[in-house]
Amino acid sequence: MNPAMNPGVVGNMAPVATPWFFYVLAGLAVASGLAVITRRNAVHAALALIVTLLSVAGLYLMLYAPFVAGVQIIVYAGGIMVLFLFVIMLVNIERASKERRFNRMWPVGLVASCALMGLLISAFIKGRALFPDRMVALPEASNTQQVAAMLYGEAGKMGAYTFAFEIASLLLLVAILGAVIMTKKKI
Amino acid sequence: MLNQFMSYLGSNVTPGSANNQLWALIYVLIIFAGVSVAVICMNWIERKALAHFQIRLGPMRVGPHGLLQPFADALKLMLKEDIIPSEADQFVFWVAPLIGLLAAFTVYTVIPFGPSQAVSDMNIGILFMLGVSSLGVLGIVVAGWASNSHYPLIGALRSSAQMVSYEVAMGLAIVSAILMTSMNASGTGTLSMIEIVRAQQQQGVWFIFKFFPLGFVAFAIFAIAMVAETNRAPFDMAEAESELTAGFHTEYSGLRWSLFMLAEYAAMIAVSSIAVTLWLGGWMRPFPNLLHAPAWDFIFSLFPGLTFGGLALIAVIGTVRMPPHSFFKVQRIGLAVFAAVLGLIGLLLLVIAVAGRTADTSLASRFDEGIGYVYWFVLKVAVFMYLFIWYRATWPRYRFDQLMRIGWKVMLPISLGVLILTAVVGLIFS
Repeated sequence: MNPAMNPGVVGNMAPVATPWFFYVLAGLAVASGLAVITRRNAVHAALALIVTLLSVAGLYLMLYAPFVAGVQIIVYAGGIMVLFLFVIMLVNIERASKERRFNRMWPVGLVASCALMGLLISAFIKGRALFPDRMVALPEASNTQQVAAMLYGEAGKMGAYTFAFEIASLLLLVAILGAVIMTKKKI
Repeated sequence: MLNQFMSYLGSNVTPGSANNQLWALIYVLIIFAGVSVAVICMNWIERKALAHFQIRLGPMRVGPHGLLQPFADALKLMLKEDIIPSEADQFVFWVAPLIGLLAAFTVYTVIPFGPSQAVSDMNIGILFMLGVSSLGVLGIVVAGWASNSHYPLIGALRSSAQMVSYEVAMGLAIVSAILMTSMNASGTGTLSMIEIVRAQQQQGVWFIFKFFPLGFVAFAIFAIAMVAETNRAPFDMAEAESELTAGFHTEYSGLRWSLFMLAEYAAMIAVSSIAVTLWLGGWMRPFPNLLHAPAWDFIFSLFPGLTFGGLALIAVIGTVRMPPHSFFKVQRIGLAVFAAVLGLIGLLLLVIAVAGRTADTSLASRFDEGIGYVYWFVLKVAVFMYLFIWYRATWPRYRFDQLMRIGWKVMLPISLGVLILTAVVGLIFS
């Protein structure tokens, strides 16, 4: 049976997304995330960040959200991280890694990360009460079309998130223009 | 296992859709072998064609007309000492070619060689291809940095800036093609590679000709951007040999260097496949809707066999034209054997074509159909591969500021305009 023919059916055999995959991907994400903050060499940290982003993309795939996974790979792993590397390569890493770190932000960082951790744990404990029992299940076979229908609505009707989506894109445009104006005196 | 092997033969979906891991693995191996053979062929054709463009002979010594040259090259590269510079970042230096190779080959999982001749059909097909192929630049950037040397670093910087700039125009051109898939009764488009080709069949037009000249302009933008994306001449700033020695792979040698070459050629085939899928009707033969009578089916199914027959004929002519000197005796025998092998393949394909039409077994006709799909797809991709060589022989390299100006100030506005116009024209006509 072709799943593309009847959206909603995820496949009539055992799903490939087994817990084993989840633990591998989650472990990879956590391990490379730790590497990002512990490596002194900035390029190594950036490479570890790419591994983190890719394994998170794998987790999205496991949640039957292929569109989000694809966008994650294109935008973060492919686009933003290349720009990161581009900037990092211009920095003199030899000197930067030998310099003593005089970061006074660490108490604030500690508090912030503890607060985030507490939030996540409380969300995990009270999760059942906070979120509806069944999340919106978008069928894998027509995932992209379903995302589009949610964002822009069916033909003729406005989608639930059209306004928020457009405003967010406008905000990004303003941010880009602001960055250009700030860096370039004469345009 | 045998059951799993046999059960797929009757189906007409991809192994991914049939959830058949065994056949998916077989397809992956076939594609891997096929791409490797294609890279070997491309290596020889590029050297010969470039030589003939420049009125030289090209490789002539290793095998008849240098046919064994790629194998000699491969052997040399494998035996060569693999040097890692002492000041290089060892791990990153080691891993960089693998990133490029992995990105180039992962893309092939969604390339549709036929309606069921693909490893898997993803709902996000084209998005996946774009995303994974954009990871290839990481291999180049990281290789240039890890070499810890000036020329590779400059090459890597150029390459990353170039790829990020041209990806924008490329993406917008692709979006305008995807927009065309939605111009049907239901008004729903698709990102799946197989469905994109099906949409062209349903609308009865290759997207390159749809809303002329809009489809053509989008295709042209993509065709230019894909040369820049694969770092080929005239956009080969990353390895400009007259300025940067060899650019990002200056410090690489031996097997590791050959992995970069393999990744580059695999990426070239992959982007050509995207162009063929989106604008040139993918696996479809010319005029599948207009000339769909069984007689036409039969005539078009003879094409693969006749192509190999033609290649065999060229080899035969080469054999006859060898100078009558005892020095060329071995070469003449070798070329004759090559001609015989090509001729036998052609004969086999003809037999399959005839059997597929006359015999009543569904397997033979399915096999024949499959060969037809793959043949037309590969033929279209081969045209692009020849264009890559032609560009390289014809055009001088751009300067970096020219390259950036074309990317941001010419290609980006044009592709944006084409996208908007496609949407407007599509709204009017549907």
